[in-house]
Amino acid sequence: MTLNTNSSTKYVLESTDFQQLIDVLVGIGYRVIGPTLDHNAVIYDDITAVTDLPIGWTDEQDAATYRLNRRSDEAFFGYVIAPQAWKKFLYPSQVRLWQAALSNGSFEILLDSEKPEPMAFIGVRSCELHAIAIQDRVFIEGEYVDPTYHAHRENLFMVAVNCGQAGGTCFCTSVNTGPKVEAGYDLALTEVIDHETHYFVVEVGTERGQHVLEQLPVRNADKREAKLPKTITDQAAHQIKRHLNTDGIKELLYTNSENPRWDEIATRCLTCANCTMVCPTCFCTTVEDVTDLTGRQAERVRKWDSCFTMDFSYIHGGSVRYTSKSRYRQWMTHKLATWIDQFGTLGCVGCGRCITWCPVGIDITAELEAIRQTKAKGETIKEGSDENIG
Amino acid sequence: MTHNKKPKLAVWKFASCDGCQLSILDCEDELLAVAGAVEIAYFPEATRATVRGPYDVSLVEGSVTTYHDAKRIQQIRANSKFLITIGACATSGGIQALRNFKDVDEFIRIVYARPSYIETLERSTPISEHVFVDFELRGCPINKYQLVEVLSAHLHGRKPNTPAYSVCVECKRRATTCVMVASGTPCLGPVTHAGCGALCPAYHRGCYGCFGPMETPNTASLSAQWQELGVTDEGLVRAFRGFNAYSEAFRKESQAHEHDDN
Ligand code: SF4
Ligand code: SF4
Ligand code: SF4
Ligand code: SF4
Repeated sequence: MTLNTNSSTKYVLESTDFQQLIDVLVGIGYRVIGPTLDHNAVIYDDITAVTDLPIGWTDEQDAATYRLNRRSDEAFFGYVIAPQAWKKFLYPSQVRLWQAALSNGSFEILLDSEKPEPMAFIGVRSCELHAIAIQDRVFIEGEYVDPTYHAHRENLFMVAVNCGQAGGTCFCTSVNTGPKVEAGYDLALTEVIDHETHYFVVEVGTERGQHVLEQLPVRNADKREAKLPKTITDQAAHQIKRHLNTDGIKELLYTNSENPRWDEIATRCLTCANCTMVCPTCFCTTVEDVTDLTGRQAERVRKWDSCFTMDFSYIHGGSVRYTSKSRYRQWMTHKLATWIDQFGTLGCVGCGRCITWCPVGIDITAELEAIRQTKAKGETIKEGSDENIG
Repeated sequence: MTHNKKPKLAVWKFASCDGCQLSILDCEDELLAVAGAVEIAYFPEATRATVRGPYDVSLVEGSVTTYHDAKRIQQIRANSKFLITIGACATSGGIQALRNFKDVDEFIRIVYARPSYIETLERSTPISEHVFVDFELRGCPINKYQLVEVLSAHLHGRKPNTPAYSVCVECKRRATTCVMVASGTPCLGPVTHAGCGALCPAYHRGCYGCFGPMETPNTASLSAQWQELGVTDEGLVRAFRGFNAYSEAFRKESQAHEHDDN
């Protein structure tokens, strides 16, 4: 079969040939990670076979609830997004930065030089591609490169999958991050399933993607098939229920630091930090220095942290953000305002995880709206003032 | 960094189940290092040897429930440079603090054939209600890695890493799917002090609050959510009256849901 290949060409991969995509990636030497069924959720984890995919399962998400349900078909990617973002692979929750050993009266620093295996992600959603792009800006494109993130990110192969349905907490359409995959992928798939057919429309984003594609039993998509990625993602866009009004969002938050709504949120917020842990763009960590009992070995470990903990803002004498109100305000103001000054984009891609996984269902879209509605006289946070520190 | 004299360590038992002391013995691999780093001066659970005080470090397990113990803890404090309480009993009164919510004499009359033989205090109280405590290690039982961490930190003059944020932080770090959100299982994790590594959620159970209240526990909000999940006031009282029933935050929350008919 001869293939017409130019950059805008779309292809068709039959679902029965999907295993070959996994095999080709494994053959190249990738650790393949994709969606799979866990006890009570579709999570991202190592996969080796099509049967590892959550075939025929979907997730129903709303504020503080997530339920797995059976679908009426055998879709491979018929769920929305996993509880935890790909961040857990690119920016692991716990990393040993270095070790030190006492020898002959002085310390020897031991660096872990092991290189992580190159990874291939299958099933990255559009909002997640945007989140990874945001973390790239934070960790790689700035003045200081984070070596751990860089090492994991460097050789990453990305198979994106367009959303065929939107979740109950999604709002990517408000922040222009989806549902259609636009950039940042090696291959992008759109799953097409009805009673007779089950196939994937494949788009190629990079040369590496082209190289993988050439090893797959694909054919050229016809005109109708080539339109499906747009048709299907348009349908998903129509299902989105939540909306984040971004009009003048930065100024809104900068002028509302004393809005009474913060106090109301504080009565509900548990300061449990779940929202920051599940957020695909949140990047804060703490370091713990540990010595063993003999005092001959020491190590420094970096762990995910959150602006919801007291230690996070601890300086000599106590924590600066000792009220829940100030901690929730920091979270929302960083995501939706100071992030813009810091990195030139919003810190939110509308994935909805913070809404689903907040144990008490605090909804960032609803809270922003409430602040807009209860606008009160507040002092302006000046750019560069203490409150502005991420 | 060679010590001329190894610091003397003593382990004391008050009203408790011995579980925390067993956690010390359970540190098999680390125990040799502990024994190398300190002189175990008094630890009846492990050795018959006793070395007289004063002690550099005293680990205190258990709560104060008798007149005799109330006096004994004063002597121990006077003989200890650094006093660490270990476990829920020592830091919040333990499960035996359930008596604090009722009339202890009534219990004694029901349980004992000869109530007059029983001499006990009305309440089971944490060590910190009696003497100054240098460090409180949470848990029912304590986490052995945290114990080793606290001892190592103390021996080397650094701050121990025993963060007071929620169990949720540990739960997310180990990528456990939240049982409350995904299964509707009530979980005390959001108001509970980290330290166990989110053990129960990893086995699809809700957190029981073994490590007591976290740094800024919003128990009222969590209770409201539990009620959404179908938990009754009675269920809430029971949940907050576990091993840390007498800790301030949990005590107040259980009392808020207690009605005369409970
Ligand atoms: S703030 Fe919430 S919705 Fe936005 S990216 Fe983070 S988790 Fe997703
Ligand atoms: S300070 Fe910003 S990036 Fe860090 S945890 Fe909070 S919201 Fe996330
Ligand atoms: S907003 Fe929700 S998830 Fe975030 S800290 Fe508050 S209660 Fe926890
Ligand atoms: S399972 Fe419990 S501890 Fe874990 S995130 Fe959910 S509420 Fe927190």
